[in-house]
Amino acid sequence: MSSLDIAAIKADFPILKRRIRGNNRLIYLDSGATSQKPNSVLDAERDFYQNHNAAVHRGAHQLAEEATELYEGAREKVVKFIGADSSEVIFTKSATESINAIAYSLGNSTFGSRFHIKAGDRIVVSEMEHHANLIPWQELARRTGAELAWFKVTDEGRLDLSNIDDLINSRTKVVALTHQSNVLGTINPLGEVTKRAHEVGALFVLDACQSVPHYKVDVKSINVDFVAFSGHKMLGPTGVGILWGKKELLDAMPPFLTGGSMIETVTMESATYLDAPKRFEAGVPNMAQAVGLGAAIDYLNKVGLDRIHAHEVELTKKALAGLQTIGGLSIIGPKDLEMRGGVVSFAIDGIHPHDLGQALDQFGIAVRTGHHCAWPLMKRFKTVATTRASFYLYNDLEDIAALVDGVERARKYFAER
Amino acid sequence: MELDSLYQEVILDHYKRPLNKALAPNPDAQVHHVNTSCGDEVTLNLHLEGDRISRVTWEGVGCSISQASTSVMTDLLIGKSKEDALALVEEFQTMLQSKGKDTGNEEHLQDGVAFAGVSKFPARVKCALLGWMAFKDALQQAVKK
Repeated sequence: MSSLDIAAIKADFPILKRRIRGNNRLIYLDSGATSQKPNSVLDAERDFYQNHNAAVHRGAHQLAEEATELYEGAREKVVKFIGADSSEVIFTKSATESINAIAYSLGNSTFGSRFHIKAGDRIVVSEMEHHANLIPWQELARRTGAELAWFKVTDEGRLDLSNIDDLINSRTKVVALTHQSNVLGTINPLGEVTKRAHEVGALFVLDACQSVPHYKVDVKSINVDFVAFSGHKMLGPTGVGILWGKKELLDAMPPFLTGGSMIETVTMESATYLDAPKRFEAGVPNMAQAVGLGAAIDYLNKVGLDRIHAHEVELTKKALAGLQTIGGLSIIGPKDLEMRGGVVSFAIDGIHPHDLGQALDQFGIAVRTGHHCAWPLMKRFKTVATTRASFYLYNDLEDIAALVDGVERARKYFAER
Repeated sequence: MELDSLYQEVILDHYKRPLNKALAPNPDAQVHHVNTSCGDEVTLNLHLEGDRISRVTWEGVGCSISQASTSVMTDLLIGKSKEDALALVEEFQTMLQSKGKDTGNEEHLQDGVAFAGVSKFPARVKCALLGWMAFKDALQQAVKK
C-alpha cells in the first residue's frame, strides 16, 4: 500500500470535506483540470494581502521590501523545484500565456535574427496537444507563412515517432510537444525528439502542465529550451503560470508584453529592455498568487514528488483494472503503466460522456467530460468526447473504488431505462 | 433519484429512437451548430412551403439531452406556421432558462415539457437548446433568401 498518509493529506484540503448533491462525500477526480488547494496555500495568499501587500520591485517602504522578498522567494522555490537558474524562471498568468509568450516573441523577431520565422520554415507539434500548445503555433504559422506539421498518435495512444526524421527536418525551427497528454495520460519519450530537434537547430518547447505537478521534472537534464506549466494544477492558486527558458535564449529574444517593470532605459522614441526574467514580466505581477505557488511547492516537497508519483501509479493501476471490468467500456490511451501518468480517459458504448458525468455527479464524483481542449485528438479516436478521471495526492483507493462502482451504476441506470 | 427529473422516460425514448434524423435533400436552409464546450453537433435542414414549416430533418452527435431535444423539436414544429414555430422556440427557451421555476405548458410544448427538469442543471441548458437554436438560425436564413 501507498507510503502516503492520505487521511492526513485530505485533512489539509478543506474543500474535500464538502458534501455534494445531497449527502455524498466529494470524490474529486478532476485534478487534471485544476487541483484543490491545501490550507497552507490559502493562508499564504491571505497572509500576503493581510500583512505584506505592496507592488514589488518599486517603492521605498517596508511593505514593498517585504512583498519583493516574498515574491522573489517564491521564484527561488520554483527554481529549485525544476532545477533551473534564478534568472530563467518567469512568472506569467498561466501556462497558456507562457506558450503564447514564446510564440509571440519568436513572431516579433526581425529578419536576420536567429529567432526569425518565415515562409518555408516549419513548426512541429503533435496530434495529442492541448489547444494551448496548438493554437499559438497555428497562429504563428499563419502570421509568418511557416508550415505547421505534426506527429501522429498510435491506436494505443502513443506518439508515433516512425517518421521523426522526415517530420523534423532542416527547415524546422520549433518543436512544441506535451510532456504528458491531458487526455490519454501518455508520457512522451522526450530524448529522441529533443535530440532530433537540436540536430536540425530547432527550439524545443515543452508543455509540462500535466507533468511538473506529479513527478520530478529537471529542466536541465531533459535538454529542452522552454518549459511551460501552470500553478493551479499543482496545488497553487489560479492566475500564476511559469515560463522557463534557457537564459541565453531568453536574453536574446524580443519581449512579448511590454510596459513597466521590463525596461532598462526609456526615451520618448524608444526603450531598451532588462534581461530575463524581468524582460518578460511587464506590469505589476500576480504577487499573492506567486507567493501561494511557493507555498504549494513547499507542500509538494514536504510530501515528496517521488512518493506522490508512486501513489498515483498505484491509483491508475487500480482504476485501469477496475474500469475494464465494466461491460462496453473502453480505455482511450495506454492500458499499461509504462510511461503513463494518473489520467484515465474512457468511453462506454451507448452512453454519451456528458450523460455519464451527470450521473457520476449525482453520486458526488467529479470527473471531466468533453473534448478536453484537444479536439483533434478526439477526431483521431473518432469520437467527440470522453470521460476523464485524473488523480492527485489527495485521492485514495476508496475514491477509485467509488469511481468504478459509480460508472457501473450509471451504466445500469441508462441501460435499464 | 434526482437524475430521474433530468432523464425523463420521454427523453431517453427520443434519444434511442430519434425522429426525423436523416437529412432530406434540397433544403431551403441548412445550418450546422456546435456546442463548443462539449463538442456536440447538429446539422439541420429546413424545408418551407409558403408560410409553413414542411420538413425539419437533422443529423448529429451528442448527449442524450441534445439529441432527444432536437428530435422532440422537429416533431413539434413540423406543420406549424413560421410565426407559431418561433413562438414555441421562445417558450421552450424561457422554460429552459427558468432554473426550475417554469414547468412548461404541455398543450403548447407537448413532449418538450420533459426538458423542464434540465433547467435545474445550468451546464445542460445549452445541450437542450442546441437543436432549437439551430432551427431558429435556419428559419432566419431561409426567410432572408
